[in-house]
Amino acid sequence: MNTFSKIPKHIEDALAEYGPTRRDFLKASGALVVSVSAAAIAGPFALAAQAPAPAGGPYPDPDFKQLDSWIVIHADNTATFRVGKTDCGQGTGTAFRQMMADELDIAYDKTTCIMGSTDVTVDQGGSGGSDAIQTDGWPMRRVAAEARRVLLEMAGTRFGVPVDQLAVAAAVITVKTDPSKRVTYGELVGGKQFHVALTGNNVDATTGVAKVKPVQDLKIVGQSPQRYDIPGKVDGSLKWAVDVKLPGMVHARNVKPPLAGAKLVSIDESSVRSLPGFIKVVSKGNYVAVVCEREEQAINAARQLKANWEKPATAPFPSSENLFTFMRSATPTSGGNPAVVGNPDTAFASAAKVVEAQYDVPFQGHTAFGPAHAMADPSNGQMTIYSNDMKSYGMRAGIATFLGMPRDRVRVVWMDGPQGYGRTAADDAGAEAAYLAKEIGRPVRVQWSRQEETAWDTKGPAFACTLRGALDAQGNLVAFDYLARAADYNHLGYNEPDTVLIAQLMGQRRERPAAGSAATPSEMYAIPNRRMTTQVVSLPLVWETPLRTGNLRDPNGPQATFASESFIDELAAAAKADPVEFRMKLLTASTADDSGFKRARSIACIKAAAQAYGWDSRVSPKAGGAGGAGAPGRAGGGNILTGRGIAYAFRSQTVVAQIAEVEVNRTTGHVWVKRLVCAHDCGLVINPEGLRRTIEGGMLHSLSRALYEEVQFDTEKVTSVDWVSHPSLTHADTPAKIDIVLVNGDPNPNRPDLPHYGAGETVCKPLIAAVANAIYDATGVRLRRVPFRDARVLAALKSAGT
Amino acid sequence: MASITLRVNGATKVVDVEPSVPLLYVLRNDLNLQGPKFGCGLGQCGACTVIINGVATRSCVTATSAVRGEVTTLEGLSMGGKLHPLQQAWIDEQVPQCGFCQNGQIMTAKALLDRTPKPTDAQIREGMARTLCRCMTYYRIQAAIKRAAGVVA
Repeated sequence: MNTFSKIPKHIEDALAEYGPTRRDFLKASGALVVSVSAAAIAGPFALAAQAPAPAGGPYPDPDFKQLDSWIVIHADNTATFRVGKTDCGQGTGTAFRQMMADELDIAYDKTTCIMGSTDVTVDQGGSGGSDAIQTDGWPMRRVAAEARRVLLEMAGTRFGVPVDQLAVAAAVITVKTDPSKRVTYGELVGGKQFHVALTGNNVDATTGVAKVKPVQDLKIVGQSPQRYDIPGKVDGSLKWAVDVKLPGMVHARNVKPPLAGAKLVSIDESSVRSLPGFIKVVSKGNYVAVVCEREEQAINAARQLKANWEKPATAPFPSSENLFTFMRSATPTSGGNPAVVGNPDTAFASAAKVVEAQYDVPFQGHTAFGPAHAMADPSNGQMTIYSNDMKSYGMRAGIATFLGMPRDRVRVVWMDGPQGYGRTAADDAGAEAAYLAKEIGRPVRVQWSRQEETAWDTKGPAFACTLRGALDAQGNLVAFDYLARAADYNHLGYNEPDTVLIAQLMGQRRERPAAGSAATPSEMYAIPNRRMTTQVVSLPLVWETPLRTGNLRDPNGPQATFASESFIDELAAAAKADPVEFRMKLLTASTADDSGFKRARSIACIKAAAQAYGWDSRVSPKAGGAGGAGAPGRAGGGNILTGRGIAYAFRSQTVVAQIAEVEVNRTTGHVWVKRLVCAHDCGLVINPEGLRRTIEGGMLHSLSRALYEEVQFDTEKVTSVDWVSHPSLTHADTPAKIDIVLVNGDPNPNRPDLPHYGAGETVCKPLIAAVANAIYDATGVRLRRVPFRDARVLAALKSAGT
Repeated sequence: MASITLRVNGATKVVDVEPSVPLLYVLRNDLNLQGPKFGCGLGQCGACTVIINGVATRSCVTATSAVRGEVTTLEGLSMGGKLHPLQQAWIDEQVPQCGFCQNGQIMTAKALLDRTPKPTDAQIREGMARTLCRCMTYYRIQAAIKRAAGVVA
């Protein structure tokens, strides 16, 4: 019997501070088992949102227009920041503490941060879009500045002096002329509430009266305190969403349709009824789950369950081998109105040279390291879901609607989890656990199998791109024609009650699927004539498909940029120009810039990357030829060809330029990216060391997508279902050297309002193209189909005679 | 069900489970040792790694009844309140992103260093190759292993 139950530490802490104390609670329960009752955990928040006493359920929405919803000052002169974001492992929680501590004037180590639990923190949307620092950092800074202002006013009143006579440092306020007059934040408001209203039309606009500090006055921002969450992750003490245990809990496992689009005809419950620990088979529509007392029993029962499924009348999709042919011949579901600049047709007609190429990127899975999971507790007429969902607020709203429960009786407690970089934007296990918990009347823990996750998780959409470029006689790029087709119809939203997989399988679907999107390249090149066309195509099976698309780390960016930045390299080669110089010429051909000086910062990044790498100006491929026995890049006539490639992109206002150096084995086709350089400009950097690691991880994730990742399927089902059939980057593939240059390319780098832009996803964008360009430089062979697995590279080398 | 006696992190534990139950579930659900994580259940990723008699072992494919000898989990590395040098190196290098795989990384590295105290780059790459990380923190993991081993990067 389990004698242990764990709720998240931040909730325990909050309980200890305000609510019925954990100790009392433990005493009342008579055992070292915490029954996570609604009232107990509502405690801290009921207090913070005290003003209008909640008339309804135990989990009203925290009011972002109350300072108390954001900042708590404790009697011991420490502070807790409550932010409605989730940390996916990039250290955003640490960065928020730095930003807010700086504005509040309190030491970093006297602060803590609570994130993303829907009844405790205001709805800032959870995480996504690398917007945490860029967007949400602003209201956090402003409310912290406002708290500082209010505290100074309180001190002024206490000492009977104007606020400008006060000094503040490390959460202690003193009278300038008489430093013996001092008061701490904790003495002023510790354990009490501010009761200060904020303004703003939405949570991002939240503000008080105070202004944020100029950049020059920030002291904690720009330092690199270690991430507070890391010790618990290396000593085993952190409790993750997968680790939650509750009294009376049971375990569930799903049984998915064996073929995509199959209909459930019947279930033979007798196949599992006598198995040990069996509780129930739950099914509705095509959703099937087995519930058992113990985890291994549920796994076994899900394997043993006999069910009859009816094969769909038509194939749900083409095989992955035929995917791009299908996509290019399909009638688009949307798109077709290109964005046109200048007169591309005329420019192509009068061009000295026209280059055309097609680029293909397959579906790539999120393939989170740990499969989808959640625990749901249905006690006392409420529903608590313990989840690693990155958009916990969307999950809470979606589940409330899905179950037909009032929102204020449903909450999501966010906890750490394995990252899928967008997978939990459309998490499935939360809704499943909640549904099953309601059915069973006991806390239910759901966890998908590896094969289920890899086959049925959300996918980054496949792209088929066709590009044309026109060069004049001087090698100038005068026209650019870009067409991208994405297999992205019915792109999933955020845990919506009519798109989450359990709802789809139960037949609860919205009338009109999401249109989906393709993407255009993100660069600041001055090209006088352009046509940009983006189209979406649908596979035959739209609902209940394992090829359902969701937001995979920088959705669409790596696909579009693989095409565009590979093609720019092809154009550079056609113009007999150095790839860096060709790009610089396109960036300097105009002086027009945007409000964030993105063009100027693009130039700064490319320069910085080239300098850090030690770029030698020359035409690719290495010896100037294309393929052939005298192939370029060969070191000493051996089997290893070497080369380097550059690519660049921006995302929102964050700019990156990357250089990859590769070794290509001519005998095996194996590509090793030996060195990576990244020049990165995200404006004001909050935590440089944290940023470096985020950049490294993002680049290597894209490297995995470049070299290995592809969802494979026949015309009935996904066939890449585990780490053998769906390989991922390994330790053996790790570059020997990664150099990161943090660039501040702003024309006025010391301006006091230098913004902090987002970091993370931008680095995923150009990496695949940088690798492809390096392979071309080494071998003279252009790879236009991702991933660059050994067999594909070897075949390309052989067909080029390299 | 059968009564099975295990030696885990220096203590003797008796559990009453089906003998074929993978050790991972017994550690996590019966013994509250949740450092080992479920990643694949197939022995492919390394999330569930524990050390049994000095060997990094995938507990998701190890029948509980087949366990002989001392089992060490992540929780057992820092006995006496002091972190193992590898754990300290992991903090010093700020290795994890999400951190879910790091149990497997640290336990596999522990067995590697016990076997090869001063590994070369190639030995680290080879020794760690089957322990996956989807945040791709490999570069920092390798630096942390070198730091713990006292070998210059």
